[in-house]
Amino acid sequence: MSKILKYAAGGIAACLPVTAAFAAWQLNMTKGVTELSRDIHGLHMLVFWICVIIAMAVFGMMIYSIVKFRHSQGAVAANFDHSTKAEVIWTIIPIAILVGMAVPAAETLIKIEDMRDSQLSIKVTGYQWKWHYEYLDKNVAFFSTLARDSDAARQLGSGIDPFKVPNYLLEVDHPLVVPVGAKVRILLTASDVIHAWWVPAFGMKKDAIPGFVNELWFRADEPGTYRGQCAELCGRDHGFMPIVVVVKPQAEYDAWLKSQQDAAKPAAATAATLDVNKNDEAATLLARAE
Amino acid sequence: MRTSTINHAGHGHDSHAADHDDHGPAKGWRRWVYATNHKDIGTMYLLFSLLMFFIGGSMAMVIRAELFQPGLQLVDPGFFNTMTTMHALIMIFGAVMPAFVGLANWMVPLQVGAPDMALPRMNNFSFWILPFAFTMLLSTLFVPGGGPSGGWTMYPPLVLQNGTSFPMLIFAVHLMGASSIMGAINVVVTIMNMRAPGMSLLKMPLFVWTWLITAYLLVAVMPVLAGAVTMLLTDHYFHTSFFQAAGGGDPVMFQHIFWFFGHPEVYIMILPAFGIVSEIIPTFSRKPLFGYDAMVYATASIAFLSFIVWAHHMFTVGMPLAGQLFFMLATMLISVPTGVKVFNWTATMFKGSLSFEPPMLFALSFLFLFTIGGFSGLMLAMVPADFQYHDTYFVVAHFHYVLVPGAVFGIMAGVYYWLPKWTGHMYSMKLANWHFWMSTIFVNVLFFPQHFLGLAGMPRRIPDYSTQFADWNMISSIGAFGFGLSQLLFAYIILSSIRGGVKATDKVWDGATPHGLEWTLSSPPPYHSFEIAPDVK
Repeated sequence: MSKILKYAAGGIAACLPVTAAFAAWQLNMTKGVTELSRDIHGLHMLVFWICVIIAMAVFGMMIYSIVKFRHSQGAVAANFDHSTKAEVIWTIIPIAILVGMAVPAAETLIKIEDMRDSQLSIKVTGYQWKWHYEYLDKNVAFFSTLARDSDAARQLGSGIDPFKVPNYLLEVDHPLVVPVGAKVRILLTASDVIHAWWVPAFGMKKDAIPGFVNELWFRADEPGTYRGQCAELCGRDHGFMPIVVVVKPQAEYDAWLKSQQDAAKPAAATAATLDVNKNDEAATLLARAE
Repeated sequence: MRTSTINHAGHGHDSHAADHDDHGPAKGWRRWVYATNHKDIGTMYLLFSLLMFFIGGSMAMVIRAELFQPGLQLVDPGFFNTMTTMHALIMIFGAVMPAFVGLANWMVPLQVGAPDMALPRMNNFSFWILPFAFTMLLSTLFVPGGGPSGGWTMYPPLVLQNGTSFPMLIFAVHLMGASSIMGAINVVVTIMNMRAPGMSLLKMPLFVWTWLITAYLLVAVMPVLAGAVTMLLTDHYFHTSFFQAAGGGDPVMFQHIFWFFGHPEVYIMILPAFGIVSEIIPTFSRKPLFGYDAMVYATASIAFLSFIVWAHHMFTVGMPLAGQLFFMLATMLISVPTGVKVFNWTATMFKGSLSFEPPMLFALSFLFLFTIGGFSGLMLAMVPADFQYHDTYFVVAHFHYVLVPGAVFGIMAGVYYWLPKWTGHMYSMKLANWHFWMSTIFVNVLFFPQHFLGLAGMPRRIPDYSTQFADWNMISSIGAFGFGLSQLLFAYIILSSIRGGVKATDKVWDGATPHGLEWTLSSPPPYHSFEIAPDVK
């Protein structure tokens, strides 16, 4: 099936010389790099093939009827209008199939909801239109926004060819960095409107909702760079707040974390001073008001 | 009840019929503005819906033109969001729902053997609200800040960021809801009180049955939508905090309330199409509908289940495990009665004697393509997989498969089936065949690749995308332009059938076996349809 589709797609691609050079023609869900994403992919394929088999049976019957019982070929209509036996059969069998699908789905879901024993917690806050990452108890926090070259190219009538921008719309200035093989717990919230955090290769998507903290977890098996996007309409630039996660070996991650902490120290000190000043100002204002 | 129906019809005949027979419908604009005749109101509903279909469709063309290539070429992202929002609102509330109400207005009295709808003045009111509602909605495109851009689902807090368009959107939705509720009440009252003697509930045509159930769904859920949007309004202007976290409110609560309306709404848009298809397939298979009782019970089961599955639209909001499991299982269960319907339609064709007039072609296309939408719906019901599919183009592909080759093709099948009955003229079968083939081919070119885009990871509601999605988007856009252009043919066929053509017989489909009271009347039917109630054996 998918081979035929690929050939068909290739045929169409050949007719479109402009795009053929960049053809991706991806047809299916990615397997991903976490246990959850592979389970989800397996479930997806299971349901897909069940649907294909049912479709072959049902569509086969329809096509058979359309071809065989044609008025123009002199077909004479029978006159039956029900069959209790058939109706019971085609009510019971689907229920059995559904049970067969529900069991693995429930198993995977239970695994997805098991947040215990995480090794690293990161608080992710959605803003219009960027992400903020805070490594809890690690004193590391930063914003992550769309890379400048993508941002320039995506302006209306920019004249910049998106195909020439590396990772167009899927690149950020400060990616999230996590260690390979660690169970990472993401705590999600938002400051303005609802956003959704989604990296397809990790298999998980969850809404970031103001006033709520949602959680999801992943454990990436392979180092690499994984890209995703905001998946809940959040206003004008909803399409321009990508997510990039760099998965590093533990040692490299530790080094990265250290460098971030070092860089953050002077900045944090300044921020603290600013906060104090702000409070002072507020106090003065209040005093004046009184 | 039966006696009173006879009396009613007899009474109408004696005291009023003479007046009406003398002067017929009012002349000029008065016929339409003061309309109380079910056929005139039905015609207005259908033409209004056709107009909205083209307005909503041209917004879809803007969307697909912008998505033809990566990069922003045509519109600002904010305007793009307005287009997706308005496209949905107009297609749902302006095109699909009024089309079904128009079909109900025309066909319910004809199919139950009544002279008119039960509440003709309310009928007039429920139609005439709509042009005002949509004028208000469309005029938001010209107010400061532009039209609503938070999606047709109107999720707070995002929707509260809209400017002047926000209250206009809310009041437009209120008006549409009021119109729908009145239309639904009219259908229920007509079906319950004005059936011809001898037509027991289980002798009603399936189109009447599906509309009866749809009308109950409408009466049940439209007030819920009205409540939800009113709370949005007070959150914005009267400092309530129903949905604002900062004031102790809950943004997710809106989604629960909205989808408690929204999921039955999905069935409101498909059940009457089931009814239409259940009329057409037996006619052109020259064989009675297989499993009539099962079809009625399946429709009722789908309607019942539609009230307990709403949260499958929001699996990613973070629900307890038990909640997710419940909504997954309940959703999967819907495929059982839906499957029964598909099997019964197939069994109706089995050992029949099939011919392929335009209504049958559209019904068959419905059968195949709606089933594909059903399959993707089953896939979406699996919560873990939904975490990947949610808010991607896979969802867009799914609901367009059930709404375009589903609901819209159902409407087109119905129009091609009954148009000669309405106008008294046959339309060009050749053009209608062209319209069918173009629509069916292009609708697949348009929506099938969107499954691939969603699975490859393209979120929905984005005006621009990374280059890996470029190829399928271009194919999809080509399909969209083709589909959009094909619909001009539909409008032409309808208008030319209104203007003239070969005279249609009473039975219209003489070579086939159409059943039902509507075929016992002349084409077009007399102004007061059944002045004397027919006897149903």
